[in-house]
Amino acid sequence: MAEKPRKPSQVIYAPWEDPQAVPLIEFRGVTKKFGEFVAIDDLTLDIYEREFFALLGPSGCGKTTMMRMLAGFERPSVGSIMLGGQDLGGVPPNERPVNMMFQSYALFPHLSVWDNIAFGLKRDKLPKDRIAARVEEMLRLTRLEKFAKRKPHQISGGQRQRVALARSLAKAPKLLLLDEPLGALDRKLREETQFELMDIQEKTGTTFVIVTHDQEEAMTVASRIAVMDHGKVIQVDTPARVYEAPNSVYVADFIGDVNLLEGQFRRTGPERGEIRYSDQEPPVTAEVFEDIAEGQTVNYAIRPEKIRVSAERPDDRVNAAHGKIIDIGYLGNVSTYHVELAGGQMVKAAMTNSTRLDRRDFTWDDEVWLSWRETAGVVLTK
Amino acid sequence: MRRAALIALPYMWLLALFFVPFLIVLKISLSDTALAIPPYTPTLDLSRGWEGFTEWWAALDFENFVFLTTDSLYWKAYLSSLQIAVISTLLTLAVGYPIAYAMSRAPDEWRPTLLMLVILPFWTSFLIRVYAWKAILAQEGFLNQFLMVFGIEPLIILNTNTAVYIGIVYTYLPFMVLPLYAALEKLDDSLLEAAEDLGCSRMKAFWLITIPLSKQGIIAGSFLVFIPVMGEFVIPTLLGGSDTLMIGKVLWEEFFSNRDWPVASAVAIILLAILIVPIVLFIKNEEKQWESEI
Repeated sequence: MAEKPRKPSQVIYAPWEDPQAVPLIEFRGVTKKFGEFVAIDDLTLDIYEREFFALLGPSGCGKTTMMRMLAGFERPSVGSIMLGGQDLGGVPPNERPVNMMFQSYALFPHLSVWDNIAFGLKRDKLPKDRIAARVEEMLRLTRLEKFAKRKPHQISGGQRQRVALARSLAKAPKLLLLDEPLGALDRKLREETQFELMDIQEKTGTTFVIVTHDQEEAMTVASRIAVMDHGKVIQVDTPARVYEAPNSVYVADFIGDVNLLEGQFRRTGPERGEIRYSDQEPPVTAEVFEDIAEGQTVNYAIRPEKIRVSAERPDDRVNAAHGKIIDIGYLGNVSTYHVELAGGQMVKAAMTNSTRLDRRDFTWDDEVWLSWRETAGVVLTK
Repeated sequence: MRRAALIALPYMWLLALFFVPFLIVLKISLSDTALAIPPYTPTLDLSRGWEGFTEWWAALDFENFVFLTTDSLYWKAYLSSLQIAVISTLLTLAVGYPIAYAMSRAPDEWRPTLLMLVILPFWTSFLIRVYAWKAILAQEGFLNQFLMVFGIEPLIILNTNTAVYIGIVYTYLPFMVLPLYAALEKLDDSLLEAAEDLGCSRMKAFWLITIPLSKQGIIAGSFLVFIPVMGEFVIPTLLGGSDTLMIGKVLWEEFFSNRDWPVASAVAIILLAILIVPIVLFIKNEEKQWESEI
């Protein structure tokens, strides 16, 4: 099949790969300390215009501190933050072209939905008709026209979330910060809202920085993800790269499910290597692009869905291991098999349930073969 | 049945301790003064049956209320009380708001202590504390002795309205601070951050967010000060001068100096009528607050 010519509008958006591109936000060696506690540790990071950038990490990793520094509620102890080439150092929150959507939404309880959205515009002393027009536009964008006169306590959680979004977008900020914006919503609503957020981000062309601890949320909405831990950014990459090519055990483990096989590394070819993780099993063959010393202990990370479960040893795959099914996690669309190898390692393999449950091929205590391609996993040295 | 009994309890309380005494005072206000015990007529003689009741009923009249309108002392006292109550409520608010605000912004571990310090004066007698002010404000009192050290002329404060205001603000401050604190403590810091984020200066955020959101506390505190100050008697008597005119003082003099129970009762009934308006407003405000919290 001939490849379809790409339409001009479908140029891939990836300014971070363009050395000419000028970032909108630059963190330059930023450190933030609270007393003795180091919340952000010598951080350097670029965020580009029109990006949907996610800060992802467990609570206490410093992601909220980074966001609050962008908003102006905290000042870096060391280093500087630039926005569009301007040092944000001495600029107070109310003079930054940055707006924030708070985790608690922080809607003003004594003001109606309309007045909440108009709040920021009124501070700019815009003429009344311009304010009204902008508020109406925001109400339309977030589909809140019917609720304009209500007070925040008279609407649902999902509607409140949209009011908070409308209010923070009303002033057309250069940068919108979203602090766990969907945390208070139930799962179904959260998924819908994720797509709405992406839609709105695209329509308005605003740069979004979102803080979240929910990796699925970050994967869905973000153009790039910064995975953080203890005040440091561990990896910054597109969702696909973060998932498929994590740079460390921490990232591989934090994003999604992963099997980690630890063993000694041995080079077998220019871009080939093998990892001996068990005495009973043949070593894993993997693609390796970096320099790794012979005999170094490394982790081989492989996602459960990249492993196939079969009754016979397949011929078409380089890596295979034999084991017994200990546990089956049935999730409806997918089943996760927990397989114990002869050496005692537990390996998770996820298989799509393409047939109905009563026709499943494997059950508890079955002896099975696990197999995967040499490109399926990655070798991690840290 | 149990519910009815439970609800009946507060009503019985109100009936026995508020409504019945009110009826007695109302009745006395419609009577005439007499040199007798009790010092008014008529008294109801039930042993004479229906005839006794009709005679008693016929003897009641509004003479005392008419009398109150003829002597300018009374309406001047009401107006003066109203003025003092309004001014001292505003003064208490002005002093109490910063205190309550500072308390609500204090570190968590300090708040119980600060709250305790506000309530602490209640542990000593109110009279002793007002007398203490006499010692402070007197011509040779502590304040003037202190000022003399700096060569400042002694101030004449005691036995003036200024002393009354100082006494009232001091005494009623906790009633203002506590409801204000309750309202301000609930205020979410992120609301102020959101206001700043949307372009407000700190000052502006205070006016647009903090003040409106503590409105219920301001109203509650103001009524809790205004209503009792209106009928205040001890503070103007001890700290005020001969020109300090308050209805509570007038009431006391009618009752104990003149022994004119019927006129004193009429004064009390009118005071109650004046206070019913703010009391009803206060209860409405409490209801509104309660509704907005559920």
